[in-house]
Amino acid sequence: MDTKYIKVAVLLIEGTNNEQEVYLAFKRLGADPELLHLKQLISKKDLSDYQCLMIPGGFSAGDYVRAGAIFAARLKSALRKQLMEFAEKGYPIGGICNGFQVLVELGLLPALDSRMSDYPQASLAINDSARFECRPTLLKHESKGNCIFTKDIPYQEVVLMPSAHAEGKFLFPLEKQDEYLQRLIDNDQVVFRYVDTQGNYADYPWNPNGSLYNIAAICNPEGNVFGMMPHPERVFYRYTHPDWTRVYKENGDGKAVFESVLGYIRRKF
Amino acid sequence: MEADVTISLNKGVADPEGSNVKKALNLLGFDEVMNVRTMKTFRIDLATTDRVKAKKDVEEMCKKLLANPVIQSYQIELR
Repeated sequence: MDTKYIKVAVLLIEGTNNEQEVYLAFKRLGADPELLHLKQLISKKDLSDYQCLMIPGGFSAGDYVRAGAIFAARLKSALRKQLMEFAEKGYPIGGICNGFQVLVELGLLPALDSRMSDYPQASLAINDSARFECRPTLLKHESKGNCIFTKDIPYQEVVLMPSAHAEGKFLFPLEKQDEYLQRLIDNDQVVFRYVDTQGNYADYPWNPNGSLYNIAAICNPEGNVFGMMPHPERVFYRYTHPDWTRVYKENGDGKAVFESVLGYIRRKF
Repeated sequence: MEADVTISLNKGVADPEGSNVKKALNLLGFDEVMNVRTMKTFRIDLATTDRVKAKKDVEEMCKKLLANPVIQSYQIELR
Protein backbone atom coordinates (compact mmCIF):
# COMPACT_ATOMS: atom_id res chain seq x y z
CA MET A 1 0.00 0.00 0.00
CA ASP A 2 1.06 3.55 -0.61
CA THR A 3 2.74 5.40 2.27
CA LYS A 4 0.18 8.17 2.35
CA TYR A 5 -2.59 5.68 3.12
CA ILE A 6 -0.78 4.07 6.05
CA LYS A 7 -2.72 4.99 9.19
CA VAL A 8 -0.71 5.00 12.38
CA ALA A 9 -2.47 5.19 15.74
CA VAL A 10 -0.32 7.03 18.28
CA LEU A 11 -1.99 6.02 21.51
CA LEU A 12 -1.95 8.08 24.68
CA ILE A 13 -3.52 8.45 28.09
CA GLU A 14 -3.04 11.12 30.74
CA GLY A 15 0.68 11.56 31.39
CA THR A 16 1.92 10.47 27.97
CA ASN A 17 4.23 13.24 26.73
CA ASN A 18 6.22 12.02 23.71
CA GLU A 19 3.32 11.65 21.35
CA GLN A 20 4.10 14.73 19.23
CA GLU A 21 7.57 13.56 18.23
CA VAL A 22 6.32 10.09 17.30
CA TYR A 23 3.41 11.62 15.39
CA LEU A 24 5.78 13.98 13.55
CA ALA A 25 8.24 11.22 12.69
CA PHE A 26 5.52 9.39 10.74
CA LYS A 27 4.10 12.61 9.33
CA ARG A 28 7.49 13.71 8.00
CA LEU A 29 7.86 10.39 6.19
CA GLY A 30 4.52 10.89 4.44
CA ALA A 31 2.31 8.52 6.43
CA ASP A 32 -1.04 9.35 8.03
CA PRO A 33 -0.60 9.30 11.81
CA GLU A 34 -3.32 10.16 14.29
CA LEU A 35 -3.11 11.04 17.99
CA LEU A 36 -5.64 8.91 19.82
CA HIS A 37 -6.60 8.90 23.45
CA LEU A 38 -7.30 5.42 24.81
CA LYS A 39 -10.90 6.49 25.52
CA GLN A 40 -11.38 7.43 21.86
CA LEU A 41 -9.96 4.12 20.72
CA ILE A 42 -12.30 2.24 23.06
CA SER A 43 -15.50 4.13 22.33
CA LYS A 44 -15.30 5.79 18.92
CA LYS A 45 -12.58 4.17 16.83
CA ASP A 46 -11.69 0.71 15.66
CA LEU A 47 -8.13 -0.58 15.90
CA SER A 48 -8.60 -2.57 12.69
CA ASP A 49 -8.79 0.70 10.73
CA TYR A 50 -5.09 1.27 11.41
CA GLN A 51 -2.01 -0.44 10.07
CA CYS A 52 0.32 0.42 12.93
CA LEU A 53 -0.05 1.04 16.66
CA MET A 54 2.51 3.12 18.51
CA ILE A 55 2.67 3.67 22.26
CA PRO A 56 4.92 6.66 22.92
CA GLY A 57 6.92 7.58 25.99
CA GLY A 58 6.02 9.65 28.99
CA PHE A 59 4.72 9.08 32.46
CA SER A 60 1.36 7.48 31.82
CA ALA A 61 -0.93 7.70 34.86
CA GLY A 62 1.93 9.32 36.76
CA ASP A 63 4.03 6.12 36.66
CA TYR A 64 2.08 5.05 39.73
CA VAL A 65 2.04 1.39 40.81
CA ARG A 66 4.77 0.61 38.23
CA ALA A 67 5.65 2.48 35.06
CA GLY A 68 3.16 1.53 32.36
CA ALA A 69 1.12 -0.79 34.60
CA ILE A 70 -2.05 1.30 34.69
CA PHE A 71 -1.98 2.02 30.93
CA ALA A 72 -1.46 -1.70 30.26
CA ALA A 73 -4.23 -2.82 32.63
CA ARG A 74 -6.73 -0.41 31.07
CA LEU A 75 -5.73 -1.37 27.54
CA LYS A 76 -5.94 -5.07 28.33
CA SER A 77 -9.32 -4.92 30.03
CA ALA A 78 -10.91 -3.05 27.12
CA LEU A 79 -9.10 -4.18 23.99
CA ARG A 80 -7.44 -7.52 24.71
CA LYS A 81 -9.10 -9.33 21.80
CA GLN A 82 -8.54 -6.53 19.31
CA LEU A 83 -4.87 -6.27 20.27
CA MET A 84 -4.37 -10.01 19.82
CA GLU A 85 -5.99 -9.93 16.39
CA PHE A 86 -3.97 -6.89 15.37
CA ALA A 87 -0.73 -8.62 16.33
CA GLU A 88 -1.76 -11.92 14.77
CA LYS A 89 -2.44 -10.28 11.41
CA GLY A 90 1.16 -9.10 11.44
CA TYR A 91 0.47 -5.41 11.94
CA PRO A 92 3.30 -3.63 13.76
CA ILE A 93 2.96 -2.58 17.39
CA GLY A 94 5.75 -0.38 18.72
CA GLY A 95 6.45 0.91 22.20
CA ILE A 96 9.07 3.49 23.06
CA CYS A 97 10.25 4.06 26.64
CA ASN A 98 7.01 4.08 28.65
CA GLY A 99 5.45 2.31 25.66
CA PHE A 100 7.97 -0.54 26.04
CA GLN A 101 6.98 -0.80 29.70
CA VAL A 102 3.33 -0.97 28.66
CA LEU A 103 3.97 -3.76 26.12
CA VAL A 104 5.89 -5.81 28.70
CA GLU A 105 3.15 -5.33 31.30
CA LEU A 106 0.56 -6.29 28.65
CA GLY A 107 2.36 -9.55 27.94
CA LEU A 108 2.84 -8.66 24.25
CA LEU A 109 6.58 -8.69 24.91
CA PRO A 110 8.61 -10.88 25.14
CA ALA A 111 5.65 -13.24 24.37
CA LEU A 112 7.84 -16.33 24.57
CA ASP A 113 4.99 -18.83 24.86
CA SER A 114 2.05 -17.17 23.13
CA ARG A 115 1.17 -13.97 21.28
CA MET A 116 0.15 -12.35 24.51
CA SER A 117 0.90 -13.89 27.89
CA ASP A 118 -1.74 -13.62 30.64
CA TYR A 119 0.81 -12.24 33.08
CA PRO A 120 4.03 -10.35 32.39
CA GLN A 121 7.01 -12.59 31.57
CA ALA A 122 9.55 -9.84 32.12
CA SER A 123 9.88 -6.60 33.97
CA LEU A 124 11.39 -3.17 33.45
CA ALA A 125 12.51 -2.51 36.99
CA ILE A 126 13.96 0.54 38.70
CA ASN A 127 17.43 1.50 37.41
CA ASP A 128 20.37 0.22 39.46
CA SER A 129 21.31 3.83 40.17
CA ALA A 130 17.84 4.43 41.67
CA ARG A 131 17.76 7.62 39.57
CA PHE A 132 16.24 8.98 36.41
CA GLU A 133 18.98 8.45 33.81
CA CYS A 134 18.85 10.96 30.97
CA ARG A 135 21.64 11.03 28.38
CA PRO A 136 22.63 9.83 24.91
CA THR A 137 23.18 6.08 24.80
CA LEU A 138 24.99 3.94 22.23
CA LEU A 139 23.21 0.86 20.97
CA LYS A 140 24.44 -2.06 18.91
CA HIS A 141 21.90 -3.48 16.49
CA GLU A 142 21.66 -7.21 17.20
CA SER A 143 18.62 -8.28 15.17
CA LYS A 144 19.59 -10.63 12.36
CA GLY A 145 16.54 -9.62 10.35
CA ASN A 146 13.60 -10.72 12.48
CA CYS A 147 12.58 -7.30 13.79
CA ILE A 148 10.53 -5.31 11.28
CA PHE A 149 11.23 -2.02 13.06
CA THR A 150 14.98 -2.15 12.37
CA LYS A 151 15.17 -3.82 8.96
CA ASP A 152 16.92 -0.77 7.46
CA ILE A 153 19.67 -0.75 10.09
CA PRO A 154 22.69 -2.97 9.27
CA TYR A 155 23.44 -5.87 11.64
CA GLN A 156 25.94 -4.89 14.36
CA GLU A 157 25.79 -1.19 13.49
CA VAL A 158 26.19 1.11 16.50
CA VAL A 159 23.63 3.90 16.68
CA LEU A 160 23.10 6.76 19.10
CA MET A 161 19.71 7.35 20.69
CA PRO A 162 18.93 9.21 23.90
CA SER A 163 17.67 7.41 26.98
CA ALA A 164 15.47 9.07 29.59
CA HIS A 165 13.96 6.75 32.16
CA ALA A 166 13.95 5.69 35.80
CA GLU A 167 12.58 2.19 35.22
CA GLY A 168 14.42 0.52 32.37
CA LYS A 169 16.24 -2.43 33.85
CA PHE A 170 15.10 -5.41 31.80
CA LEU A 171 14.70 -8.48 34.00
CA PHE A 172 13.37 -12.01 33.79
CA PRO A 173 12.16 -14.00 36.81
CA LEU A 174 15.39 -15.02 38.56
CA GLU A 175 14.66 -18.75 38.49
CA LYS A 176 14.00 -18.69 34.75
CA GLN A 177 16.51 -16.04 33.76
CA ASP A 178 18.99 -18.26 31.89
CA GLU A 179 16.33 -20.25 30.07
CA TYR A 180 14.32 -17.20 28.99
CA LEU A 181 17.40 -15.27 27.90
CA GLN A 182 18.60 -18.20 25.79
CA ARG A 183 15.19 -18.44 24.13
CA LEU A 184 15.22 -14.69 23.49
CA ILE A 185 18.60 -15.01 21.78
CA ASP A 186 17.65 -18.15 19.83
CA ASN A 187 14.44 -16.52 18.58
CA ASP A 188 16.38 -13.45 17.34
CA GLN A 189 14.37 -11.24 19.71
CA VAL A 190 17.21 -9.12 21.07
CA VAL A 191 17.20 -5.97 18.95
CA PHE A 192 19.50 -3.42 20.61
CA ARG A 193 22.12 -3.76 23.37
CA TYR A 194 23.90 -0.94 25.19
CA VAL A 195 27.58 -0.57 24.22
CA ASP A 196 30.48 1.84 24.82
CA THR A 197 32.26 3.93 22.15
CA GLN A 198 34.35 0.90 21.12
CA GLY A 199 31.22 -1.20 20.60
CA ASN A 200 31.86 -3.37 23.69
CA TYR A 201 29.02 -4.44 25.94
CA ALA A 202 29.81 -2.25 28.92
CA ASP A 203 28.42 -1.58 32.37
CA TYR A 204 27.18 1.69 33.83
CA PRO A 205 27.18 4.44 32.63
CA TRP A 206 27.02 2.94 29.11
CA ASN A 207 24.28 0.64 30.27
CA PRO A 208 22.20 3.29 32.04
CA ASN A 209 19.96 0.96 34.04
CA GLY A 210 21.78 -2.32 34.72
CA SER A 211 19.67 -4.26 32.20
CA LEU A 212 20.20 -8.02 31.89
CA TYR A 213 22.47 -8.79 28.91
CA ASN A 214 22.64 -5.00 28.25
CA ILE A 215 19.19 -5.24 26.64
CA ALA A 216 17.81 -1.94 25.35
CA ALA A 217 15.20 -3.25 22.90
CA ILE A 218 13.46 -6.52 22.10
CA CYS A 219 10.78 -7.77 19.73
CA ASN A 220 8.36 -10.71 19.85
CA PRO A 221 9.25 -14.02 18.15
CA GLU A 222 7.39 -12.93 14.99
CA GLY A 223 9.20 -9.56 14.91
CA ASN A 224 6.13 -7.33 14.57
CA VAL A 225 5.86 -6.21 18.21
CA PHE A 226 8.80 -4.11 19.29
CA GLY A 227 9.75 -2.18 22.39
CA MET A 228 12.77 -0.07 23.21
CA MET A 229 13.81 2.14 26.13
CA PRO A 230 15.83 4.81 24.22
CA HIS A 231 14.06 7.37 22.02
CA PRO A 232 14.49 7.06 18.23
CA GLU A 233 12.00 9.90 17.65
CA ARG A 234 14.36 12.35 19.36
CA VAL A 235 17.10 11.77 16.80
CA PHE A 236 15.07 11.98 13.63
CA TYR A 237 17.27 14.71 12.11
CA ARG A 238 21.07 14.73 12.15
CA TYR A 239 21.13 18.06 13.98
CA THR A 240 19.33 16.64 16.99
CA HIS A 241 22.38 14.44 17.63
CA PRO A 242 24.52 15.90 20.45
CA ASP A 243 27.68 15.73 18.30
CA TRP A 244 26.17 16.82 15.00
CA THR A 245 28.68 19.66 14.44
CA ARG A 246 31.60 17.24 14.76
CA VAL A 247 30.29 14.02 13.22
CA TYR A 248 28.60 14.18 9.86
CA LYS A 249 25.61 11.93 9.34
CA GLU A 250 23.10 12.15 6.56
CA ASN A 251 20.13 11.40 8.83
CA GLY A 252 19.41 11.10 12.49
CA ASP A 253 19.90 7.54 13.71
CA GLY A 254 16.28 7.21 14.79
CA LYS A 255 14.79 7.90 11.38
CA ALA A 256 15.58 4.37 10.16
CA VAL A 257 13.24 2.88 12.78
CA PHE A 258 10.24 4.71 11.35
CA GLU A 259 11.34 4.13 7.75
CA SER A 260 11.74 0.41 8.44
CA VAL A 261 8.25 -0.06 9.80
CA LEU A 262 6.65 1.98 7.00
CA GLY A 263 8.63 -0.04 4.45
CA TYR A 264 7.33 -3.25 5.97
CA ILE A 265 3.70 -2.09 5.83
CA ARG A 266 4.15 -0.90 2.22
CA ARG A 267 5.47 -4.30 1.17
CA LYS A 268 3.10 -6.48 3.16
CA PHE A 269 -0.31 -4.79 3.04
CA MET B 1 -14.01 -3.47 54.84
CA GLU B 2 -10.43 -2.43 54.35
CA ALA B 3 -7.67 -4.43 52.74
CA ASP B 4 -3.99 -3.71 53.10
CA VAL B 5 -2.03 -4.94 50.11
CA THR B 6 1.72 -4.94 50.57
CA ILE B 7 3.86 -5.30 47.50
CA SER B 8 7.45 -6.36 48.06
CA LEU B 9 10.33 -7.27 45.79
CA ASN B 10 11.12 -10.96 45.46
CA LYS B 11 14.19 -12.32 47.18
CA GLY B 12 17.27 -11.78 45.05
CA VAL B 13 15.82 -8.83 43.11
CA ALA B 14 17.94 -5.72 43.55
CA ASP B 15 16.33 -2.93 45.55
CA PRO B 16 18.27 0.25 44.68
CA GLU B 17 16.12 2.48 46.87
CA GLY B 18 16.60 0.15 49.84
CA SER B 19 20.38 0.03 49.33
CA ASN B 20 20.57 3.81 49.13
CA VAL B 21 18.57 4.20 52.33
CA LYS B 22 20.80 1.64 54.05
CA LYS B 23 23.87 3.63 53.00
CA ALA B 24 22.34 6.87 54.27
CA LEU B 25 21.39 5.31 57.61
CA ASN B 26 24.92 3.94 58.02
CA LEU B 27 26.31 7.41 57.26
CA LEU B 28 24.02 8.87 59.93
CA GLY B 29 25.72 6.61 62.44
CA PHE B 30 23.25 3.72 62.55
CA ASP B 31 25.99 1.13 62.17
CA GLU B 32 23.74 -1.74 63.14
CA VAL B 33 21.60 -1.36 59.95
CA MET B 34 22.52 -4.42 57.90
CA ASN B 35 19.96 -4.28 55.12
CA VAL B 36 16.94 -2.21 54.03
CA ARG B 37 14.18 -3.41 51.72
CA THR B 38 11.40 -1.14 50.49
CA MET B 39 7.75 -2.18 50.31
CA LYS B 40 4.63 -0.44 49.19
CA THR B 41 1.24 -0.73 50.85
CA PHE B 42 -2.09 0.08 49.26
CA ARG B 43 -4.98 0.49 51.71
CA ILE B 44 -8.09 -0.38 49.74
CA ASP B 45 -11.55 0.51 51.00
CA LEU B 46 -14.11 -2.05 49.82
CA ALA B 47 -17.90 -1.73 49.81
CA THR B 48 -18.45 -5.26 51.09
CA THR B 49 -18.42 -7.20 54.34
CA ASP B 50 -17.95 -10.58 52.69
CA ARG B 51 -14.40 -11.58 53.60
CA VAL B 52 -14.17 -14.44 51.11
CA LYS B 53 -15.29 -12.28 48.22
CA ALA B 54 -13.04 -9.44 49.35
CA LYS B 55 -10.00 -11.69 49.47
CA LYS B 56 -10.77 -13.06 46.00
CA ASP B 57 -11.31 -9.58 44.52
CA VAL B 58 -8.14 -8.16 46.02
CA GLU B 59 -6.13 -11.10 44.73
CA GLU B 60 -7.50 -10.40 41.27
CA MET B 61 -6.47 -6.74 41.67
CA CYS B 62 -2.94 -7.83 42.52
CA LYS B 63 -2.74 -10.05 39.44
CA LYS B 64 -4.28 -7.50 37.09
CA LEU B 65 -2.45 -4.40 38.23
CA LEU B 66 -0.80 -4.10 41.60
CA ALA B 67 2.04 -6.64 41.33
CA ASN B 68 4.30 -7.86 38.55
CA PRO B 69 5.00 -11.50 39.47
CA VAL B 70 8.35 -11.37 37.68
CA ILE B 71 9.91 -9.27 40.44
CA GLN B 72 7.21 -8.74 43.06
CA SER B 73 5.06 -10.66 45.51
CA TYR B 74 2.03 -9.48 47.45
CA GLN B 75 0.53 -9.97 50.86
CA ILE B 76 -3.11 -9.26 51.63
CA GLU B 77 -4.39 -8.36 55.05
CA LEU B 78 -8.13 -7.80 55.60
CA ARG B 79 -8.98 -5.42 58.39
